Amino acid sequence: MALEAPAQPPGAGTSGGTSVIAPGGSVTSRPKTTRVVSADINVKNRLRDIWRSHELLVYLIRTEIKVKYKNSILGLLWSMVSPALTLAVYTMVFGYFLHNGIPNFVIYLFSGLLLWNFFSTGIVTATSVVVNNAGLVKKVSFPREILALASIGSAGVFFFFQACVMVIFMLILRSPPAWPLLWLVLVAMIPTLVLASGLGILLAAVNVYMRDTQHLVTVIVGSAWFWACPIVYSYQNTVAAHLRAHGLTWLYFLNPLTPLVMTFQRVLYARPDVHSTIAPHPPIQLLPTWPAITYVWGDALVLAFGIVLFYVAMIVFGRLAGNFAEEL
Amino acid sequence: MPSAAVEVQDVSKRFRLYHEKYTSLKERVIHAGRVPHEDLWALRDVNFDVNEGETVGILGRNGSGKSTLLKCICGVLQPTSGQVVVRGKLAGLLELGAGFQQELSGRENIYLNGSMLGLSKRDVDRMFDQIVEFAELGQFIDNQVKFYSSGMYVRLGFAVAVNVDPDVLVIDEVLAVGDERFQRKCMERVKQFQRDGRTILFVSHSPDLVRSICDRAVVLSDGAMIGLGSPGEAVRLFRERLLEAGDVLALGVTDAAAPALDATASDAPGALGDGQSAAPFPQSAPGAAAGAGAGAGAGAGAGAVVAASSPYPASGWESRPIRLTDVACLLPAAGERRYLLPGEPLTVRAAYESSQRVSGVVFQVEVRGDDGTELFRTDTETLGFDCEVAAGSGVIEFLLEQVPLLDGAYDVNVGVVTPRGMSDWREPATRFEVMNPGRSTGTVSIPVKVSLVSGALSVRGGDPVAS
Repeated sequence: MALEAPAQPPGAGTSGGTSVIAPGGSVTSRPKTTRVVSADINVKNRLRDIWRSHELLVYLIRTEIKVKYKNSILGLLWSMVSPALTLAVYTMVFGYFLHNGIPNFVIYLFSGLLLWNFFSTGIVTATSVVVNNAGLVKKVSFPREILALASIGSAGVFFFFQACVMVIFMLILRSPPAWPLLWLVLVAMIPTLVLASGLGILLAAVNVYMRDTQHLVTVIVGSAWFWACPIVYSYQNTVAAHLRAHGLTWLYFLNPLTPLVMTFQRVLYARPDVHSTIAPHPPIQLLPTWPAITYVWGDALVLAFGIVLFYVAMIVFGRLAGNFAEEL
Repeated sequence: MPSAAVEVQDVSKRFRLYHEKYTSLKERVIHAGRVPHEDLWALRDVNFDVNEGETVGILGRNGSGKSTLLKCICGVLQPTSGQVVVRGKLAGLLELGAGFQQELSGRENIYLNGSMLGLSKRDVDRMFDQIVEFAELGQFIDNQVKFYSSGMYVRLGFAVAVNVDPDVLVIDEVLAVGDERFQRKCMERVKQFQRDGRTILFVSHSPDLVRSICDRAVVLSDGAMIGLGSPGEAVRLFRERLLEAGDVLALGVTDAAAPALDATASDAPGALGDGQSAAPFPQSAPGAAAGAGAGAGAGAGAGAVVAASSPYPASGWESRPIRLTDVACLLPAAGERRYLLPGEPLTVRAAYESSQRVSGVVFQVEVRGDDGTELFRTDTETLGFDCEVAAGSGVIEFLLEQVPLLDGAYDVNVGVVTPRGMSDWREPATRFEVMNPGRSTGTVSIPVKVSLVSGALSVRGGDPVAS
């Protein structure tokens, strides 16, 4: 594992001291950083390394996006066009064919999907990122966690574009968010980021040794996990009663994404209870009428879990990273 | 007091060799906990420092752990135990090629590599033109690197590594690629780095390269460091190790009943196989040959089975029936002076012991300059001799009729090769010096005659000695 520490106290403008003046003076006299390569795993040092490489992280995120749209005419515009098309189709489908009576259902759907897409894209790409970048991993030394973080980061960039599309649709459909609760978006985003990073790092390392991981993750994320979250359906309206009847509510909320998705829906869809657009317009309880603090607590618990997962992921990654170059 | 730029501290690296690799979940579950594997120690307690501004070469046979060591130093592999401390920015080229992202253009890869070395975009901007110019990529810099030829790929990798202003440069075999002109350019850059006081670590299969540019060299054998010293010593050790392993110049085994020395061979300078009775080449009895070989250094009789404990493994020793016992340079005017004048003859005399009768023997002689440059090399086979050597001792002489060298000390290396491989190699076997009474400088003495064809006012005097 590589870690860097300044050979001299940071901020020391004095590069003299122990250095040697060579002809030209420039090479041997400048301050140097020390890097230690050993089998030691120290999460603190690894985190510091990652922090030192933040410029690389930014560059890798850019690279990943660039590679994705290489040789395409619309390029980055695709990241706007594709969610816009999806949303347009959903508006059509749920507005006319699968009419369920929920007003602006597409906004409800997309507010959950927005968060879910970020999470799922992030961890699916992160899982295979070390394997896909074998060329770099085998030749250059850098904190390998950066690769997984770059996948999460690029998913974050797509999240941003999708959010822009979402705003446009909210304007078109005249469906304003719950303005006083807007800060809850941030409260839900932080645990999502930590959770996705932790899981991404963990899966990226495991996938090097067991290539099944990437297929397994695609399947799980694409089906079971997606349907375990109240994205297409409403928790309050569809499953809450059944779960309560069987005493399984706790199980449902073991899915760390559930509170996060519901926070997003609460803020962006804004209306916990609505009246059906189909006559005789019965009331529909779409979202629980919890106070904001309940959402904060839910998200805080997920954050706590996310931090633990992240720490575990760093330890596992650290143990496995040393042999990436020989396994690839 | 120069500090160490790279400290390799007790570095060991274990590879697990799986007889079958189980990378899928199903296989892992089926074979859980009992995957058959062997441990291979690619490096064992390697320990050395590289001082700032020093150029250190790493020599070793294939599979001796050279590349693994470089990877540990670069931080691409983690040592199983021990650690490597690197002070300063390290740029490396591992095994023909840099870490490039295939889908990106050359330009983007330069920035990517730069940021991996901890450079900001502004730093790379500053170096960009220099890198492109060095790599000679021109317009191709904006093409994806997956379309590059292998030459372009390596040129770009080298250009990035040497232009990002590293403190420590690590090179693995890359100087062997590209056309000759580019190689020369790389060498010039490496020498520039040496003058700048940068640290260089490099692996090469070419002992000549190590000899000519390194300050020190490390010799690895089966993952262990068996030597660290001057390039000359390291190369000698490396060659010796090759000899022991018997994997140099294996020419194939000739027939046991080889014909005796032919007419040409008896014309050879010196006496070959001075007539002691000889046992036939004991091909069918390698054990006996090994025993005899062990005793040969002490001048044991031919074919005798001597139960001596050999310092070398029998397998390596078997193929070394002939050992050089003494090599000397005989100067034409040995009584008056201890040096040669340019153009004078020189006799290289080598005494040897042979444990058995061997046919198809080749004696080699080589003259090298002080910096390790090979100046001359020949052997009896090249000269058209087919030598058979009798058991016992013998002497061979090479008469170099004219040595057209100028001032300097020169090493003479002598070797013996049998059909089974290198039997002995002395480096340096002996030395001689040349003193040039004239004023011309250089390495080679070329006789010159001056005649001013026209326009000369007068020609007076001149150098009496033609050099």
